[in-house]
Amino acid sequence: MSDPAASGRPIKVLIAKPGLDGHDRGAKVLARGLRDEGFEVIYTGLRQTPEMVVSAALQEDVDVVGLSILSGAHMTLLPKICAGLREQGMDDVLVTAGGIIPDDDIPALEQAGVSRVFGPGTTIREVGEFIRANVARR
Amino acid sequence: MSDGLPERARSGDRRALARLLTEVENRTTDGEQALRALYPQAGRAHLVGVTGAPGAGKSTLVAALVSEVRAAGRTVAVIAIDPSSPITGGAILGDRVRMQVHAGDSDVFIRSMASRGHSGGLAASTVAAAAVLDASGFGLIFIETVGTGQSEVEVASIADTTLVVQAPDMGDEVQAIKAGLLEVADIVVVNKSDRPGADRAASQLRAMLTVGAQHDRTAGDRPRPKRPQVMLASSITGAGVPELLDALDRRDAARRATADQGHSDAAALKRAEAQLAGILAQRVSAGLRAPGRSAAREATLRRVAAHELDPFSAADELLELLRDG
Repeated sequence: MSDPAASGRPIKVLIAKPGLDGHDRGAKVLARGLRDEGFEVIYTGLRQTPEMVVSAALQEDVDVVGLSILSGAHMTLLPKICAGLREQGMDDVLVTAGGIIPDDDIPALEQAGVSRVFGPGTTIREVGEFIRANVARR
Repeated sequence: MSDGLPERARSGDRRALARLLTEVENRTTDGEQALRALYPQAGRAHLVGVTGAPGAGKSTLVAALVSEVRAAGRTVAVIAIDPSSPITGGAILGDRVRMQVHAGDSDVFIRSMASRGHSGGLAASTVAAAAVLDASGFGLIFIETVGTGQSEVEVASIADTTLVVQAPDMGDEVQAIKAGLLEVADIVVVNKSDRPGADRAASQLRAMLTVGAQHDRTAGDRPRPKRPQVMLASSITGAGVPELLDALDRRDAARRATADQGHSDAAALKRAEAQLAGILAQRVSAGLRAPGRSAAREATLRRVAAHELDPFSAADELLELLRDG
């Protein structure tokens, strides 16, 4: 697989909202912001199961999966998504998360395969820079 | 590229298929090689273009059609195109939102594509992506364009069947007689038929589109506009969706029958022409950007910009440059 950052081709990001909370403003603002940063953003909408997220990531062959979750179910859903991606051979996909996630949970999420958890107050530029710097490892 | 992506894609490996589509979309050498290998296996699928204004309900209608196709146990693929930003190159690809119900179904393959600067409602690699899905065994492929205006009709030159989707309140009879999008439709779908005014919109469209077709009987050899079927559908209630799929399948059967009788398939010829024209343009443009020629190209561009040289003579000069190698 060619290096997307080096080749100049657009980086593809899936923005998904797993779980049952209906607060998608953050995900939409991020999707819009990443569009302005030059990413191709696939937005899948609310209330995704881990299987739906994995299937969309697979079919779209994305470089990054960004998960927005505010329901508190992150310790259940996020590791499932990471495991699902690995099962499908997508261990090279960068997984990030955002929303309301307590600091204490972050080490376990990182252990499960989430590369970075972005808390409230993160700027879109930070997210964009993190993706550009880390997707290159693919 | 990992070895054997085309073979793996053809044998049902969805991950390989997705990767291959990326190579094709990025127009890499690997993608081109794969297309050369897969091309003989393509040409079986029914390519259905779905176009219409933003908000007409294209994605939702496609999702409803996909449900109908799946109820019959058939596999189906969707290519959904959304526009890229002309400023940043970024894009929001949001068509999957309307197709969520199919997200977990491995017999439905949905792929979003950004237009990446291509005008006309498609992406430059859309036909190539459809060929990959076709060769991978998908018998029905929906190609959903970006939300179009009145004249983004490119999809009609690459699809076997073109659906133009309209909302009931899209305008009066004058809109229906304007040239452009409606002329290239094989089927015009008045969507959202659960809303008031849909029947009236459909009968207005029928009346106006038939006027042209009748008048045309005396037209001799002049190119004739198509005589589209006008159908009503509601993605919300499901009304009209089975009938629409039936109409699509009948068109597909007619197309196959024509081909079996040895007649040339007009849609396939048009598609070949569009595809070839795209590749030739790409080859010429790549040739002129090659290291040995880019200085001459730049110099010619500047002379045209300064009006020292007319653009036609400039094109001749550049073609000459390519011929000389």
